Amino acid sequence: MTDWLFDGVLVSLLLALAIASIFTKHLFNSIMLYIAFGLLLAITWARLGAVDLALAEAAIGAGITGVLLLSAYAQSNSDNDQLQKRQMPWLAFAFLILILIWLIQAVWSLAGHSTTLIDLSQQALPESGVSHPTTAVLLNFRAWDTLLELGVLLLAFLGARQLAIQPYKLPTSWPLLTVWSQILAPIIVVVGGYILWRGTSAPGGAFQAGALLAAGAILLRLTQIIPPLSWHSLWLRGLVLMGVSLFILVAAATAFWGDAWLQYPLAFNGLLIFSIEIAATLSIAATLTWLVVGERRTLHP
Amino acid sequence: MTAIQLYLCLGVSLWVLGSLGLLLAKNFIRRIININISGNGVFMVMVALASREETIDPVLQALVVTGLVVAVCATAFALRLSVAYAQSKQVSER
Repeated sequence: MTDWLFDGVLVSLLLALAIASIFTKHLFNSIMLYIAFGLLLAITWARLGAVDLALAEAAIGAGITGVLLLSAYAQSNSDNDQLQKRQMPWLAFAFLILILIWLIQAVWSLAGHSTTLIDLSQQALPESGVSHPTTAVLLNFRAWDTLLELGVLLLAFLGARQLAIQPYKLPTSWPLLTVWSQILAPIIVVVGGYILWRGTSAPGGAFQAGALLAAGAILLRLTQIIPPLSWHSLWLRGLVLMGVSLFILVAAATAFWGDAWLQYPLAFNGLLIFSIEIAATLSIAATLTWLVVGERRTLHP
Repeated sequence: MTAIQLYLCLGVSLWVLGSLGLLLAKNFIRRIININISGNGVFMVMVALASREETIDPVLQALVVTGLVVAVCATAFALRLSVAYAQSKQVSER
């Protein structure tokens, strides 16, 4: 009974927030509602048993995306931020209601199907070098995906770097916020490290820890405790490139000396996975931080 | 109707809502928010499918963890593009 109550409240809140965020009049309200939506989504992941995701979503969905949207809102300072009416909205309505019915029919039967992947991953788990199945999938069974994902991260970073946008002046921060972030920063570093280390045996891992560290760094940058991050700093370059390069190095080494591309030798797999995870965490943290608060050196003609 | 079916329907509805918003909105930032809502709907379907059995399917969950980070990168890039566009329009209007 309480389960149903909880599910019902969660589902209706999520739907209400999504509708409100899409149809509210002012863009600023829409962004705020989307941040609230992200927080509720984190609770939903936890409800569905995806603790890994809940951890990542709490830092990414609610934290980083919110800062991104708000800073884009401040920078684009568009006057026409109100919802504009399209012609013939009913056509879109009708079309999407048809799609909704068709999709619900399609997913309804999926709930009863079963998959063999669970058994396969359970069987292979002892050989993977870690004891948490999600981490094993991410960094061993489907390491290719993770490698390519770090590539996508790098690509987004390089793309964003090409765009010259006017930097905006950060307002002087509220004294209480500065003090609080000074207290929070070491805690975030410790928690991030803990989540990374724990990822081998329990929910947690590189993505969650990276997102958390990025959120901490963004907070410090926004309160101007750390200096502007410029791509010209060698430290930043090293951190951003570290994840992909170590991953590719390991992959090439396993292809050259071992059995196949990304087929870790059994004796070292725990160690290899953990070192890749450390590098990936730092890379993800550096890339996300730069994507949110990074600055270009202004060019003087 | 089981809880999994409820969340599957929620995921599909979120996807449809996001697409509807995408079709109706004109503002760039609004459109990016709506794409994100759509994407979250897809993640919801995947996570609901991952937990339909006693033991949770780690493959689907790992895919969503990957997807979450890719989604936030794409959002950051798209927002930068939209800001650059808005600023260049302001410059050309002056």
